[in-house]
Amino acid sequence: MLPVSLDGSLERLRREGRIVIVGASLAGLRAAETLREEGFTGTLTMVGDEPHEPYDRPPLSKQVLLDRVPADHTKLPRRRPVDAEWRLGVAATGLDLAARRVRLADGSELDYDRLLITTGVRARPWPQELEAELDGVFVLRTSDDAAQLHRRLSAGPRRVLVIGAGFAGSEIASACRERGLDVTVAERGAAPLVGALGGVVGEVAAAMQREAGVDLRCGITVTGLEGDAAGRLRCAHLSDGSKVEVEVAVVCLGATRNTEWLADSGLGAGPRGIACDAGCRAFDVRGIVTDDVFVAGDVARSPHPLFGYQFLSLEHWGNAVAGAEVAAHNMISASADRRPHIWTPSFWSAQFGVNIKSVGVPPMGDEIIVTQGSLSERRFTAAYGHHGRVIAAVTFDQAKWLGFYQHLIERAAPFPPDFPTVDRRPEGRHPVPAGFPDPSLPSHGPTVTLSGHSPSDRRISFTPLRA
Amino acid sequence: MRLVVDLNRCQGYAQCAFLAPDAFTMHGDEALMFDSQPDDRQWEAVLRAAEACPVKAITVEGPGGVPAGERSGASGVA
Repeated sequence: MLPVSLDGSLERLRREGRIVIVGASLAGLRAAETLREEGFTGTLTMVGDEPHEPYDRPPLSKQVLLDRVPADHTKLPRRRPVDAEWRLGVAATGLDLAARRVRLADGSELDYDRLLITTGVRARPWPQELEAELDGVFVLRTSDDAAQLHRRLSAGPRRVLVIGAGFAGSEIASACRERGLDVTVAERGAAPLVGALGGVVGEVAAAMQREAGVDLRCGITVTGLEGDAAGRLRCAHLSDGSKVEVEVAVVCLGATRNTEWLADSGLGAGPRGIACDAGCRAFDVRGIVTDDVFVAGDVARSPHPLFGYQFLSLEHWGNAVAGAEVAAHNMISASADRRPHIWTPSFWSAQFGVNIKSVGVPPMGDEIIVTQGSLSERRFTAAYGHHGRVIAAVTFDQAKWLGFYQHLIERAAPFPPDFPTVDRRPEGRHPVPAGFPDPSLPSHGPTVTLSGHSPSDRRISFTPLRA
Repeated sequence: MRLVVDLNRCQGYAQCAFLAPDAFTMHGDEALMFDSQPDDRQWEAVLRAAEACPVKAITVEGPGGVPAGERSGASGVA
């Protein structure tokens, strides 16, 4: 219901305005639904660079590679009809803030009254271009990527190399082992998942991989991929001087924000994403917030009161949904009715038969304490502490406890937690260092990135958290 | 038919895996795997699964593109 005090222009925007959403994936779709849900009756245009309608990405590295669901069968359900004009298979190439106009790759232009940017991220490719083009070298981000990788895995390659043991790489290695394929995993850090969950939990992940038969090599980088005369991948060279014969390599070196199309737009967009305020309104490069350009999903970075108001960028499914709902609401609301996007970061990963879930920002943690269960049984809950408060938690096959820890994080409960745990803890209740790598070193592991306090920050290097 | 499960919400109660085993399966003790686009013949079973989910993590869009919540009052929570 619109209060009578709303000025005419907002009412008109809601009735006959033009809204363009660039990015037709999870965030874009949920935003479109929310706009219609909240009574927007104007024209809505959805622009997507992929030719597919919005689909769900998490199954691509799990169900799809395990041969349970075809790669083109993960389309997202609609909560309601969105009555949009879909421009799929056409990337946006430019933005004119003053004219309120988006340029598309086919030369056409779209005028808008409100713009929502949900262009997300793409897989970071193998840096050596000629090597990346070898037959057998893959990335996994899109359903087309998944279809190709699935086809190749089904052909039964003699050995698969996974480069990078973050969540995606670990899930792919898990799927390969489950399909009976030999896998080598090369990880630059000291353990899998170390950038996202730290060394203590990383050691558990390493044990899981080795027990499942993964040839896990940590503290190792891949220095080169070599093909045969026909351009097929034949082997990989590692930084310890060894060589692994592989027919398939999956490059899992994290993601790059899709912001290049905004380079000269004047928006505060860079390699770490597009800075926006807690209401999802984009900043321009001067640090002034816009009132007609909104951002949501993986490409957004916004300040979070729970984490020192640092800008957070989150490659999380739930963040895309929550951010899209807030952005859509705020796009068509008066300033007093706007809501903040202060979703508590949460994610999950299924690998090697274990359900890993997390809440909060683990890489902010200095210390970790296992509060329930045991690391050796791979069924536990652990809390991360920072400056005497609980900042994050992780569970391995103990998801039902996570809501409790989320509550602790949201009310800045003391760390180590002062409650008696449900288990007897033979080691006592003493936190240990969480074992995160030096944050000034680039890492592909974390899907939560603390990216400083400046909205116009264009640096690609990390600012050390504990310098 | 299309469906998605909010796996942040899911706590592995596995009610869906009992009620619609062709669409939902447990992978290990706690992880859930689902078929995003199951055969329309499973519609009734999937709807029961969505309704039975204790944490209301399942969003379903019915055959013919009608969101489940609009058609029959089933849970369309995400």
